[in-house]
Amino acid sequence: MKDDVKDRNAPQSPARRRLLAGGAAAGGLLGAGALGLSGGLKAARAATAPAAADSLPPAVPDWTRYLGAGVDAHPYGMPSEHEAKVVRRSVEWLTATRESSVNFTPLYALDGFVTPNGLCFERHHGGLAEVDPAEHRLMIHGLVDRPLLFTVEDLKRFPQENRFYFLECAANSGMEWHGAQLNGVQYTHGMVHCVQYTGVSLRTLLKEVGLKDKAAWVLAEGADAAAMTRSIPLEKALDDCLVAYSMNGERLRPEQGYPIRLVVPGWEGNTWVKWLRRLELGDQPWYQREETSKYTDLLPNGKARMFTWVMDAKSVITSPAPELPMQQEGPVVIKGLAWSGHGAIKRVDVTVDGGINWQTAQLHGPVLPKCLTRFTFDWVWDGKPALLQSRCIDETGYVQPTMAALQEKRGVNSIYHNNSIQTWQINENGSVENVRLG
Amino acid sequence: MSVWDKARWATLLTATALSLAMLGGLSVHPARAAEQRYGLGTPATPEEIAGWNIDVRPDGLGLPEGSGSVADGEQIFLERCAACHGEFGEGAGRFPVLMGGQGTLDKAAPVKTIGSYWPYASTVWDYVHRAMPFGDAESLSADETYAVVAYLLNINDIVGDDFVLTKENLPKIVMPNAKGFFTMDAPEFQPYEPCMKDCKKEVKVIGHARVIDVTPDKPAGAGVE
Ligand code: HEC
Repeated sequence: MKDDVKDRNAPQSPARRRLLAGGAAAGGLLGAGALGLSGGLKAARAATAPAAADSLPPAVPDWTRYLGAGVDAHPYGMPSEHEAKVVRRSVEWLTATRESSVNFTPLYALDGFVTPNGLCFERHHGGLAEVDPAEHRLMIHGLVDRPLLFTVEDLKRFPQENRFYFLECAANSGMEWHGAQLNGVQYTHGMVHCVQYTGVSLRTLLKEVGLKDKAAWVLAEGADAAAMTRSIPLEKALDDCLVAYSMNGERLRPEQGYPIRLVVPGWEGNTWVKWLRRLELGDQPWYQREETSKYTDLLPNGKARMFTWVMDAKSVITSPAPELPMQQEGPVVIKGLAWSGHGAIKRVDVTVDGGINWQTAQLHGPVLPKCLTRFTFDWVWDGKPALLQSRCIDETGYVQPTMAALQEKRGVNSIYHNNSIQTWQINENGSVENVRLG
Repeated sequence: MSVWDKARWATLLTATALSLAMLGGLSVHPARAAEQRYGLGTPATPEEIAGWNIDVRPDGLGLPEGSGSVADGEQIFLERCAACHGEFGEGAGRFPVLMGGQGTLDKAAPVKTIGSYWPYASTVWDYVHRAMPFGDAESLSADETYAVVAYLLNINDIVGDDFVLTKENLPKIVMPNAKGFFTMDAPEFQPYEPCMKDCKKEVKVIGHARVIDVTPDKPAGAGVE
């Protein structure tokens, strides 16, 4: 490993470079390797090496010479087999069961701001409900003039809305409060995704049933085995919420709530009730388990913040990352994502020296409110250790805090709403580590 | 005017327009009514609503008729819950602990349970009935739910051994941490213009994820809740 690094500057054959890259990858993944990553990466690299020798110029590769598979070989298209490692992954010890558990979006492997449907992280509380849309209804009742049942087909006949939003679990980065813990951006930040939703405005549906004067809260309930519930204030319900039936142009994936889910823009993912079956109007919140026992933020004085729905501005560098070690000195595109539940991202700054000096990154449009925003920063790596961070500012002027600033307000036991600045340390051998700065 | 007010106004205006039209004997053009309504969906009958309307509020709204004793609850708990939560709610393996933890919320390792953390007894009733036993949701009858909730309150020293939980007395139970929650009335951080150059003298790395080296079979730190 060390020797490899020493002659990094010597002229290299492609094969030699690949070897080095493989070595660096293994080095960078010591931590992540324990989470089951390095095997996949190393194997993938090894698999490409021999084939490449027969395919690079001047050779004529097999795929240029022989016919490929015909249409319909894959009626529903899948990514290339060379991308097989780009999947959602979980950390088994986090939860007692697989049915009430979570996995993580591979942020390190994605470009742009839209998350592919099959890579959107999953969080279930009673397993994945497999709902037959013909047998599913949305019930709206309580303090309404006309309690109604809607079929999914009914919902599609209402005027349609198409909007992009990020969804972040309130517990995203929740393992990092006590110190740098998980060595991979997939694990530290992967409980976020961003897709385009198609559906009907919740406001339209509430007008359809007619609200009684005293109605002030909406209880949303899922049809899964957890019958997941959250209380949502009517003001938010009438603002920008949707009942969505599609994501990224196709029907919702089962794990994202097929056939319908609630979309609560900018708010913690737990409120976006999947497999939505019921909306009840009431004059008070219900204080359900998911808004008392869970999703409340315990402070050092023993008191807990409640109803902290909005996801504050947050950003993270997605490459380089522990999963994507540095390959070579020279030009590098630092890529990342920024988002805010309060609106649009205004600016992202990047530092490579742990926060002594910052430079403003480039935002890649469209920069939409309550949506992931892609940023890049063109950098030249001199092969020396570096400390990379990103810091975002949203349209309200809110500046993403450091962990120290956040801990001053919240201590280390609030679990939820960790939107602090993330540090990646680049080591001389090219590996990238999750570290905590003092 | 808040969004909410606007929506109320809109509803009010339509209602007024409709009643004026009726008073004057004018027929309302269907398109006008459709400004507010599309006429989609079918009425939900009281029976349909009753089957799905399972939520319970702190003031008792939603609680069905019924009752259950601590003693009956203990039996049900041993049969239906203890495999995962332990005989006394102490939690088997990594399944949630359902008792104890009082006095730990302001300590380094707080233990959040029904007894130490939950603000309302209604939430216990609601959650157990809607989601437990894990994998056999909504299978407990009303009386069984009252009984098992009575047992959970008992092992948390909230009610005595002879207690019988009912629709009437459940909303009156004061949970130990009832006053432990607040809603924020101001933003956590104020906007400011962050420093861009020479922001600090030195940078110190105080922790490495690689050193902690968390592996799937070595539990460490807080889990996802
Ligand atoms: C098969 C295992 C299993 C059985 C049996 C089971 N539970 Fe659970 N219980 C769980 C799991 C898993 C969770 C956490 C679910 C989640 O967080 O989504 C849970 C959560 C709970 C909670 C909420 C804990 C908290 O602090 O938020 C309560 C209360 C509870 N169970 C009560 C019961 C009762 C009462 C029974 C028996 C009627 C029961 N459980 C049977 C597995 C089980």
